Amino acid sequence: MAKPKTIIEKVWEQKIVHEEEGKPDLVYIDLHLIHEVTSPQAFEGLRLTNRKVRRPDLTFATMDHNVPTLNRDEISDPIAKLQIDTLAKNCEEFGIELADMHHPDQGIVHVIGPQLGLTQPGKTIVCGDSHTSTHGAFGAIAFGIGTSEVEHVFATQTLWQNKPKTLNLKVEGNLGPGVTAKDLILAIIAKYGVKMGTGYIVEYTGEAIRNLSMEERMTICNMSIEAGARAGLISPDEKTIEFLRGRRHVPKGEAFDEVANEWLALATDEGATYDKTLTINAEEVEPQVTWGTNPGMGVPVSGATPTIDTAPNKEEVRLALEYMGLEENQPMTSIEIDHVFIGSCTNSRLSDLEKAAQIVAGKRVKDGVKAIVVPGSFLVKMEAEEKGIDKVFREAGFEWRDAGCSMCLGMNEDIVPSGGRCASTSNRNFEGRQGNGARTHLVSPEMAAAAAIEGKFVDVRTYQ
Amino acid sequence: MEPIKEHHGLVYPLNRTNVDTDQIIPKQFLKRIERTGFGQFLFYHWRFDDDGNKRPDFNLNDAKYDDASILVTGENFGCGSSREHAPWSLLDYGFRIILAPSFADIFYNNSFKNGLVPIKVEEEQINKWLKEAEEGTLKLSVNLEKKAITDQDGNEFAFDLPEYHRQNLLNGWDEIALTLQLEDKISAYEKTRL
Repeated sequence: MAKPKTIIEKVWEQKIVHEEEGKPDLVYIDLHLIHEVTSPQAFEGLRLTNRKVRRPDLTFATMDHNVPTLNRDEISDPIAKLQIDTLAKNCEEFGIELADMHHPDQGIVHVIGPQLGLTQPGKTIVCGDSHTSTHGAFGAIAFGIGTSEVEHVFATQTLWQNKPKTLNLKVEGNLGPGVTAKDLILAIIAKYGVKMGTGYIVEYTGEAIRNLSMEERMTICNMSIEAGARAGLISPDEKTIEFLRGRRHVPKGEAFDEVANEWLALATDEGATYDKTLTINAEEVEPQVTWGTNPGMGVPVSGATPTIDTAPNKEEVRLALEYMGLEENQPMTSIEIDHVFIGSCTNSRLSDLEKAAQIVAGKRVKDGVKAIVVPGSFLVKMEAEEKGIDKVFREAGFEWRDAGCSMCLGMNEDIVPSGGRCASTSNRNFEGRQGNGARTHLVSPEMAAAAAIEGKFVDVRTYQ
Repeated sequence: MEPIKEHHGLVYPLNRTNVDTDQIIPKQFLKRIERTGFGQFLFYHWRFDDDGNKRPDFNLNDAKYDDASILVTGENFGCGSSREHAPWSLLDYGFRIILAPSFADIFYNNSFKNGLVPIKVEEEQINKWLKEAEEGTLKLSVNLEKKAITDQDGNEFAFDLPEYHRQNLLNGWDEIALTLQLEDKISAYEKTRL
């Protein structure tokens, strides 16, 4: 019998175009997603060297980072507008399909890939964006690349990549009521740190992972990069197949059943070994809130900020508390917020919005709190509106916006002012991420919704 | 890319760990469509206050580091976003070499593609160099052919670099041109997959 293999090894072996002693592998790229921010210099590189895009049919573009979520037709910043227009021109020139700002397929690149069925098990997927790891939820090897690599993929449809080491992140037991996929991934990063996965591809395994929906699995894989791993994935199962069935870019009819069997066969074999295994007990995970300036600086909502003297990395903790304007040993439930952002490639899908809406239904956003909801795509927005979710948010005092990356990184007008404090469903709490001087606390959509109503963090498990 | 075989330069010490690419080059400067001109925005919010004045408490603003070309810093440098604007801004500012105990994967890769050399050095040695560069002046010589760093007293420190990247740096090769020499292999692969 053949040696049992992980999905990572199986997919990798299928993609090798060329191997040579002393070099990384030359691997084929099945899907290249692009957006306005990290592509212009790559297109310019092609023009300067008189090269073409080798496979425009395996390339798909959208506009997400820079786009306004209000008054889409008016981009006040001329530099941002030029970047948007440049993507449209480049796609035209090189023959690449584009979902522009007004297109019904537009949305955050990591939301629309799965939605359109472009994301599939066993594919290698790249994008000039570190949260490309999201697509790993389908059993794809998906990772973020820089602009030089974007240009390399344009010209060759390949990349030189070292065969990754494998890390099994085993989640034992099940998540308790009111505890979400976001809490699980934040707890993993808090436990093992922001460089846990450097040099690895992570596979998330265990009962708790199998029990997650596809949208929840995307939340987990999305934040692999916050643990240092370029890619994180989950072996495909029946949920993966059912999510993809009928989507635009997957095969139809019998052809789908055939390919579905191939996809299921990619799952990690019983008895396969990894280079490293780490475990976490899901039963012990509580709703999480980050207190500091990297995603590993998180604690349960029942917890408090650390004390500097007992921290292993004293200077880092001191700087983080100072930036965040927090005291040592300060309970998380004492922290008052003035902004709430529900959105981003981590938590802007329909189920995220539904769960947050359940918390806010019939209540009012606390006076002095500015709360916005930014759906991950036009389609998510439309589906939410069909279900009346927009109404629930609006009646509670939230703003309901058009799709884009928005306040996750504040490249458009959606920023948190200096000194402002935001409960955010996004993925990064770095200094200035949501605006110069802004303070970010990463939480689940449910926790963000409850914080909007109360003006401070509360434990959603006991929140009425 | 210009070949780089050796580099001799002044060290600037950035005594921080987990420096993310949002700090290296904040998002408001990512809207430009060029590869050049990013040096003025390097570590922008650490270097400048809200009115655009230099912050005296941030040591890159100390005139003694004006000619620095070697950045010495803490572990996991370059974590976060994949923005290649990070190595572009470091290069444009004048840095050619970064020495740290560890680097984030995407940043590490992006640096090589641009001729910015990220070299892993053990933490203990990094801490010594940070201290020396903070308290006095430290100059180092980095030789990619010998894979060695020499300090101003003639002490030599060996380092390792992935051979593939080292050859690209030493020769200043255009990676895409090299890959396109394998065109027949790529075409053959494409025939099997479709």
